[in-house]
Amino acid sequence: MSTPDLVACTIDGIEIEVPKDTLIIRAAEEAGIMIPRFCDHPLLKPVAACRQCLVDVASPAGPEGKLRAFPKPQPACAISVTPGMVVNTQLSSEAAKNAQEQVAELILINHPLDCPICDKGGECPLQNQAMSTGRSVSRFEDKKNTFPKPLALTPQILLDRERCVLCQRCVRFAAQIPGDPFIALQKRGANQQIGRFDPSVLGVAETAGQLADQTAGDIPAICGEPFAGYFAGNIIQICPVGALTSAAYRFRARPFDLVSTETVAEHDSNGSAIRVDYRRGTVLRRLAGDDPSLNQEWISDKDRFAFRWQAAPDRLERPLVRQGDQLVEVSWPEGIRAAVEIFDSATNPAVLPGGRLTLEDAYAYSVFARTVLGTDSVDFRARPSSHEEAQFLAHFVAGAGLGVSLDDLAQAPAVLLAGFEPEDEGGIIFLRLREADTKVYSVAPFASRGLRRLGGKLLRALPGGEASALDALSSAADGPRAEAAAALKGGVIVVGERLASSPGAYTAALAAADRLGARLVWIPRRAGERAAVEAGLLPGLAPAGRSLDALADDVAETVFGGPMGLTPGLDLPGIIAAAQAGSVDAVLMGGLELADLPDPRAASAALNTAKVVALQVRGDSISPWADVILPVAPPQEKAGTFINWEGRLRPFPQVLTSTALSDARVLQVLADQLGFESRIGELATSHQVFGWLGKPSARRAAPAVAPRAPRPLGAGQAVLSTWRYQVDDSAALDGEPYLAASAPAPVARISAVTARAVGVRQGDYLNVSTSGGTITLPVAIDDLPEGVVHLPAKSPGSWTLVTLTATDGDLVGISAAHGPKEVAR
Amino acid sequence: MSALAPLLTSRWGNERAWTLDAYQRTGGYQALREALRMEPAEVLNTVKDSGLRGRGGAGFPTGVKWSFLPPPDGGPRYLVVNADESEPGTCKDIPLMMADPHSLIEGIIITSYAIGCHHAFIYLRGEVVHVYRRLLNAVTEARRAGLLGSSVMGSGYELELTVHAGAGAYICGEETALLDSLEGRRGQPRLKPPFPAVAGLYARPTVVNNVESIASVPWIIAGGADWWKSMGTEKSTGVGIYSLSGHVVRPGQYEAPLGITMRELLELAGGVRAGHRLKFWMPGGSSTPMFTPEHLDVPLDYDSVVAAGSMLGTRALQCFDETVCVVWAVSRWMDFYAHESCGKCTPCREGTFWLRSVLRRIEAGLGRPEDMQILQDIPNSIVGRAFCPLGDGAPSSLTSSLKFFYDEYVQHIQLGGCPFDHKASYLFEAVTA
Repeated sequence: MSTPDLVACTIDGIEIEVPKDTLIIRAAEEAGIMIPRFCDHPLLKPVAACRQCLVDVASPAGPEGKLRAFPKPQPACAISVTPGMVVNTQLSSEAAKNAQEQVAELILINHPLDCPICDKGGECPLQNQAMSTGRSVSRFEDKKNTFPKPLALTPQILLDRERCVLCQRCVRFAAQIPGDPFIALQKRGANQQIGRFDPSVLGVAETAGQLADQTAGDIPAICGEPFAGYFAGNIIQICPVGALTSAAYRFRARPFDLVSTETVAEHDSNGSAIRVDYRRGTVLRRLAGDDPSLNQEWISDKDRFAFRWQAAPDRLERPLVRQGDQLVEVSWPEGIRAAVEIFDSATNPAVLPGGRLTLEDAYAYSVFARTVLGTDSVDFRARPSSHEEAQFLAHFVAGAGLGVSLDDLAQAPAVLLAGFEPEDEGGIIFLRLREADTKVYSVAPFASRGLRRLGGKLLRALPGGEASALDALSSAADGPRAEAAAALKGGVIVVGERLASSPGAYTAALAAADRLGARLVWIPRRAGERAAVEAGLLPGLAPAGRSLDALADDVAETVFGGPMGLTPGLDLPGIIAAAQAGSVDAVLMGGLELADLPDPRAASAALNTAKVVALQVRGDSISPWADVILPVAPPQEKAGTFINWEGRLRPFPQVLTSTALSDARVLQVLADQLGFESRIGELATSHQVFGWLGKPSARRAAPAVAPRAPRPLGAGQAVLSTWRYQVDDSAALDGEPYLAASAPAPVARISAVTARAVGVRQGDYLNVSTSGGTITLPVAIDDLPEGVVHLPAKSPGSWTLVTLTATDGDLVGISAAHGPKEVAR
Repeated sequence: MSALAPLLTSRWGNERAWTLDAYQRTGGYQALREALRMEPAEVLNTVKDSGLRGRGGAGFPTGVKWSFLPPPDGGPRYLVVNADESEPGTCKDIPLMMADPHSLIEGIIITSYAIGCHHAFIYLRGEVVHVYRRLLNAVTEARRAGLLGSSVMGSGYELELTVHAGAGAYICGEETALLDSLEGRRGQPRLKPPFPAVAGLYARPTVVNNVESIASVPWIIAGGADWWKSMGTEKSTGVGIYSLSGHVVRPGQYEAPLGITMRELLELAGGVRAGHRLKFWMPGGSSTPMFTPEHLDVPLDYDSVVAAGSMLGTRALQCFDETVCVVWAVSRWMDFYAHESCGKCTPCREGTFWLRSVLRRIEAGLGRPEDMQILQDIPNSIVGRAFCPLGDGAPSSLTSSLKFFYDEYVQHIQLGGCPFDHKASYLFEAVTA
C-alpha cells in the first residue's frame, strides 16, 4: 500500500516506493541501479542535454490502466516516477542499453582521450562510463574538433574545451546556485563551447573596447565581467570530465596517488564538510565534502583553495626566544623554560587567545588563564568589540547549546540580517538562503551584491545606527519595516560580529526578537569564536555559560581545580591599554594578527612594552613583538572540534602525520612546568566538563545599552561602512596567489550626491582619511545613503584598521584625490 | 482534383498588395469584423471544427492547440507566430509576409481575440530584412487604422503586436527555442513539460503557430468551417501552399487543396526541365525522407505522406533530376544540419558532425567500405535520442537516400570519387574563380 506521499514503481523488475516527484535516475539509485549520466546533478535542475541516461519507460494509461510504453527511450534524469511506472534500464532493456551505447560513442568522438595526462584520470565519470558503456575501439577516424587550451575562466579555473562534453553543469551551477552567471554556452553545433566573455572567442574584438568603456568602474555588468564569484571552484569538482582544472592543482598529482581524509574547513564559522587530499605529507587539494544539512556539496573558494598557509615558508618548527634584538631558534626545553620564566615573574598577566581555536584549545586557554596564570583578563575577540557584545555573548550565546540551525534559517518564513553581509561574512549560508529562496531583509547602509542576488530587501540604516533601525521594526512602522516586522513572526534575526561597533545594537536585537516573536542567532566570521564563548574566553565568563564570580566551589573544583576568587579581568582594549601603561606585564597570545585588532598601532606599542609568549603556527606576523614563540599545529596537523555558529560540534581528525603540538598540549606542558596539575591537555576533559555542567540554570544579565544619537556630519565628513570581504588580504590566502587574484577589486562606494559634494565621479580616486592615515581608492557610485563611504576592511590598499584606526560606524574625512596612490600596508 | 485553389496566395499579384489599402479593397479585415461580433469561444470552435492543422510541419490541429490553454487567471497570455522559416527548400511564409502581410496580421488579431491574448509577437527569421520592413510597415498601418491598439475596430478589445527579428538560427524554429530567443536568451529548446500552453513566453500560457496556419484563420472565419472542410481531404482539410523548387520548369508557390499529388503539381509547374527526368524529390523540406518517381501519385496530405514513409512537413517540394549526385546533395544538407545543430544534446551535435565528416570524405574520394555501416548506424544514434524533433529530422535525407540509392554511395567509395558531373545539374552558369 502506498502512502499518499510515496509512489510505487518498478525498475528493472525491482518494486520500490519513492517520494512523489522523485526522478527516475534517483529512484534507480534507491534501488541500487546506476544509470550512466553526465549532465544530471542532484542539486541542479534537470536539463536532459547529454542523453546518456536514456531508459525505457512505460506508464499505466487509459481507464483500464494498461501499460503504455513511450515510443522512444526517455532521459531518466528529467522524468519523475508516476504510480505503476515500469522502467527498464540498460540492465534489463536491450533498447536502453543500445541507446546508451550509441550516446557514449558520440560523446567520445570529439574527446581527446588524453586520460594519461588528465587531472581527472582515475576519478573521472567519463572514463568510468566509457568503460561501462562505451566501445573498446573508436570507429571515428576523422579529424576531431580542437581548441587552443587552456582558457582561463578565472585566475584559478582553467578550461580545456576539447575535454568538455557540454553537460552544462558548470553553467547551471553558476546561474542556479550562487547566481554568478558569468559563463555561458557559446557558438553552436560542434563548435559549441563553454566560455566567459572573451572577445577573441566570440569574434567581437572591435566592439569589446566600447563594452569595456560602458562597464568601467564597478557597475555590476553581467557582460564582460570575469567569472569570479566566491564559489566558482565548485564547478571544478562537479565537472564530470577533466575539462575544468584548478591552476594550483593542474598536473600536480594523480587521484590514485592521493590519500583522502574527511575533515572540517577552518575559514569560517560554518565548519563546512571538506575532503583533504594529500600525497607524501603534502596537501595538494581540498574538495567539498557532503553534508546535506550544512554545506550540501558546495564550499567557498576560500575553504577549497586556501590551505597552503598551513605549510607556508614562515611555518615554525622549533621555539624561538628573544636574545637582544633577535629571535633565536632554541630547543623545546629551552623555549618552555623561557616562557615559564616570563610567567613566573609576571605580576599581572593577560591572555589573548584569538578566535580560531578548537573547543579543546579554547578550553585549555580558559583553564590555563584562570588557574595557572591566576588572571581573568582574557578575551578571544581579535577584532573590534564592545562591552555590550561581551554581555550579549555571555547572556545569549554561552551555554545555549544547539540553537537556530542552517536548515532552520533556510526554511524560516523570513530572515533579518543585521551587521551581517550574507555572502562576504556568511559563506555557504548565502548559498542555502539563495537555494531556499528565503525571504531576506537586511539592516544595512546599502544593498550589497550578495543581498541583491538573494532578492533581499534593504532596511536602510547608517553604519552605527543599526540599533535605531532594529527598534523601529514594528507593525506601526512605515511600509518595508512593518512588512519585515510581520514576516519575522517565527522567523530569524541574524546578528553578526560587526554589531559590536554599533552601540545598542545587540540590546535592540534581543528586544526585537522578543517583540516580533523571532528567533535570534549570532553568526561570527571566525571558526573558533563560538567555541571560545563556550570555553569562557571572556572576562568573568566560565565554561558552558557559567558566571565566573558565581561559580559554586564544587564546580570550580571540577573545572579549575579549586575556588577562584579572581578579581574581574580586562577585555582586549583594556589589556592593550594596561600593557601600554605597564600594569599588564606579560601576555600569552594565541593565533591572531595585530592588523585585525581595533588599534593595531596601540597594540604594537603595548606588546613591545609587555613580555609576550605567543603560540603560533607561523612566525612572520608576530615576530617583532614576541619574546618567546612556541610553535603549534595548524588544523590539518591535529585533531579537534570546532563549534559552528549553530552550536553544532564539528569534530575533525588529524589529517597529516606531524610532530606539531596543539595549543592545549603546549599549555599542558607549560602548566606542568609551572607546577600545576590541571589536566587541560587531554582531549576528553573539555568535552566531559560540558557533560558534567549541563545547561546553566540562570542566564547572565542582558546588555542594556541605548542607541547612539545621530551624529551631525561636518563638511567633508562621512560615516565609514566597512566589512571583511570573503576573499581579501587575509593571511589564510598566503601561498595561494590564484585565489587572491579572484578577489573583488577594492573600490570606495559613495552615493552620487556624496560624490558631487566631494567633486568626484565614477572611476576618480577618493581619499578617505583619519588622523591615523589615508586610504585612496577608485570611486564607485552606488546606492548608499548620503554621507556614507564604504570600504573593504582588509583588501589590497584598504586596511581600514591599520591605516585609519577606524571601523564600521566611525567618522572619516573624504576628499577628491588626484591620482592613484601607493598605500602602504 | 487538379485545379489550384488560390486563397492565401490570391492577392500576391495585386498592385501594391502589401498595403492596407490594397488589402482592404479585396475584402481584407472583413473576417476580423465578423470575428469581433462572435464570442471568442465561438471563434475558437470554428477553427477547431474546420480541422485546420498546423502548417509549420508537425500538422497538429490548430484549434485543439488553442484549447490547451488553461482557463484565464487574469494574467497575460500570448500568441507567438513562428515566422522563422529556415528549412532548406521551404519558401512559403516569407513570400506570404512579403506580398500580403496584412493577411497574417488579420489572422493574428482574430486568433488573439479567440484565445484572450492582448500582446502577440511575430518571431521573424532575421536574415529577411525586406520582409521585416514590410511587417513593421503593415503593423504601423494597422495601428493607425485602429486595427491594433487599445480598441481594435472600436470593439474595446485591446491588442499589441510586436515584430521581432531573430538572429539567424534554424533551432529558433523549434517553438521552445523560439520562446527562449524571444525572451532574449540563447535559443535552445526547453525541457517539456511544461508545454508552452501552460508556461511559454515569460512562463505564461502561450500559443505558438506557424505563419500559414494563422493566415488561414481569416479565410476560415469568413467562409465557415464547413466550406474549409469541403476542400482537401477528410483529415487534412483546406488548402496549403506547395513550394516547388529545383529542376522544374516553373518553380514557385502553388496553392492547392491538401491531397494534391506531385504528378499534378509537376504538370502545373511545367514538368522537369527539358531533356531530363526526375530522380528524387523531397516532400516536405530537407528534414523529411526523400521520395522518388514511384511516389508521384501519393496524395500530399498529412497522413498519406506518412503512410508512404515520409512527412508532409512544410510542403517544400525540391525536385532533382538524374544529373544530381545524391551523395553530393545529402552531403550539402548534412553541412546545414551540422552547422545549425544548436549543440544542446549529444546525439545531434556529435552525430551531425560525424556524418558531415564521413560524407565529405566519401565525396572527396576517401571513403572506405566500413563507412557504409557508419552511415547506417549514426542516424540511428540520433533519431529517437536527440532532445528535440529537429535532431530527429537531421539525418532523414541520408537514411532515405541509402534506401533508394545505396549503390551510388558504394560507387563513390569504389571509384574513389564522384561519378557525376556536378555542372550538368546547375540551373545557372557555373562561376569559376
